[in-house]
Amino acid sequence: MENKYRVFLKGIFDVSPLMIPVVPFGLIFGVLSIDIGFSPIETMGMSLIVFGGASQIVLLQLFSGGASSLVIISSVGAVNSRHLLYGAVVSEHLSDLKLIWKIVISYFLVDQAFARSNEYFKKNKDKNKYFHLFGGGITCWVIWQTTTFLGIVLGAFIPEKLGLSFAVPLTFLALLVNDFRKLINVIVIIISGLVATFGFNYVPYKAYVIVAGIIALLTAAILTKLVKNNE
Amino acid sequence: MSNWLLIMCCGLITFLTRFSMIALLKKEMFNERIREILSFVPSAIFPAIIFPAIFLDNSGDFQLENNPKIMAAIIAMLIGIVSQNIIATIISGLASYWFLIFMV
Repeated sequence: MENKYRVFLKGIFDVSPLMIPVVPFGLIFGVLSIDIGFSPIETMGMSLIVFGGASQIVLLQLFSGGASSLVIISSVGAVNSRHLLYGAVVSEHLSDLKLIWKIVISYFLVDQAFARSNEYFKKNKDKNKYFHLFGGGITCWVIWQTTTFLGIVLGAFIPEKLGLSFAVPLTFLALLVNDFRKLINVIVIIISGLVATFGFNYVPYKAYVIVAGIIALLTAAILTKLVKNNE
Repeated sequence: MSNWLLIMCCGLITFLTRFSMIALLKKEMFNERIREILSFVPSAIFPAIIFPAIFLDNSGDFQLENNPKIMAAIIAMLIGIVSQNIIATIISGLASYWFLIFMV
């Protein structure tokens, strides 16, 4: 029991630095949602039920642009399809868990928690390691709900000029610091970024994220194979 | 469709993207090769969020001139490579971004 608690705290600790940019992101979401015409309860409902920052912003953008419900739902699915890959990566470490735990952990499988727990899982083998993802996920959850609420309440007082939307790419950039030193990773990073940027306007339903991700992953498969064949 | 039904559907599809692989995949399906390729998932997915957010504006047009996000991202990346530290990367990125928009 004590060990679970320690792993849980480690999860909180590891994810905490990544919460700095989530604060402005959550505020923006709250402000934007009210701006577009959702009620405060609906806005809180989105953060509680969907609990996925980027997809919630996409939801707002499409909703305000008058998109149909079907387009909105499939776009949210496309933006969140990256979680399929996160799930595939962590599933190996969660396969012995009871169904109820798989459901709970799935709800908390957000980018930041995934990234930090993935690193933790690679280094640790004990059977309570899933508490790391649980701790990290809950941390993200608390920050996301709190800042959504503050965005709703403070709305008009937050200056747009702060350019808080830069916080989003910055978070993901910080998550890659360990990968910038490895050549194959750098190539994969550049390919993914270029495909996404040039595909942004052409891939329907905002699915450019998963399209770029799959192409980059195929590149990784080919490059690692080539490296092995040359050894 | 009512707003609440829309939110519920978005929540359900989001949950399914997170849950399906965890529910369906079994430990036996993994081998070293699959693990190796999956280890590239962060490098393959995160840039697809980073690049458009930095190089494109809200309407999806290229924004290459007078764009402080590019310089701030480069500074954050360099600090990240040198320090290998997440907090240093984030703070240097935000600080240089605000410096560029308010001071320069």
